Amino acid sequence: MTSSLLQRREVVSDLLQDRGDTLVVTGLGSPSYDVMAAGDNDLNYYLWGAMGGAAMLGFGLAKAKPDHSVLVITGDGEMLMAMGAFATIAVQCPNNLTLVILDNGHYGETGMQRSHTGHGIELNKVAASVGFDWTARITDKTGVEDLRHRVHARDALNCATIAIDAVDVERVLPSRDGVYIKNRMKRALGQKL
Amino acid sequence: MSANTSIDWKSQVYDVLKEYNVKHMVYVPDAGHSTAIQKFEADDQVTSVVLTTEEEGIPYLAGAHLGGERGVLLMQSSGVGNCINMLSLQSNSRFPLLMLITMRGDWAEFNQWQNPMGQAAEAALNLMGVLTWRADEPQQVEALIRGAATMAFEGDQACAVLLGQKLIGKKDWIK
Repeated sequence: MTSSLLQRREVVSDLLQDRGDTLVVTGLGSPSYDVMAAGDNDLNYYLWGAMGGAAMLGFGLAKAKPDHSVLVITGDGEMLMAMGAFATIAVQCPNNLTLVILDNGHYGETGMQRSHTGHGIELNKVAASVGFDWTARITDKTGVEDLRHRVHARDALNCATIAIDAVDVERVLPSRDGVYIKNRMKRALGQKL
Repeated sequence: MSANTSIDWKSQVYDVLKEYNVKHMVYVPDAGHSTAIQKFEADDQVTSVVLTTEEEGIPYLAGAHLGGERGVLLMQSSGVGNCINMLSLQSNSRFPLLMLITMRGDWAEFNQWQNPMGQAAEAALNLMGVLTWRADEPQQVEALIRGAATMAFEGDQACAVLLGQKLIGKKDWIK
């Protein structure tokens, strides 16, 4: 059976094409595996826990590194645990931050229970309602390519939900050593350890 | 008594944190922090971020650290419970974390709804690996913040200074 829905691995790989010095933060579970599958990079910060922390971690990074694009790639379940973060981030409106929510409407890591977005809640509309500069729900490859350019433009606070197929894909595991992942990003950014 | 009252500990919070080159001040407001919050908000060298819940501050400061900058989380003891699982981010990655926590449910508390979290706050932080110190007198504040900031920023520890209700003063609540 073929699906017309976007496939998560392809979406993330396309989004990270020619990423340059973009800093990437991933929410726990499948988004971490998707970003790892697209190619490990010193400028990736993978979360394996701290659910609800991805957007705020990317936000802090964006404020400290205004000359870099910061891309948060997370899932609908992880972002649902950080509803307040939409408001906190919108107040500051950093123009180098993009939140990408890979939305399959389910909690994939725990056995594909339906999430709030699976019941019709649209997180991009939440972002729009609090004042993000640009928001969208993306359902095709053209939309992903447009989003990729917006990540690099650094002229707006962006939030996109990308509707993806709710299928299990092979896990590609990044390191779970948080200190190692932290230190290699800091070293890549030229900081003293 | 006069020696104690001449110490402006509320301003010292801002002055000491500036000395430690804090560039980010994230907070859920509390009356006890109002002086520091006002001074930071007026400081264009510092990014001040109002949070919807205290736990947002932990990943924010982790991100700022990845970007090479220092920050502080100002909050009230009732917010400690909101932070618990998020503290696993700090312990797994050894991010520096400095929290200044004004106490409720601690002494002369008129609202007993503050007592459960206030009484459990320090033990809860300790259970999650956060080092804690308590200030109950104005002359303790500066040294305790210096010590906590040193251990957070130089040693990548999670550190909290609890500012007791004896220090802040009994809350007047007359309307």
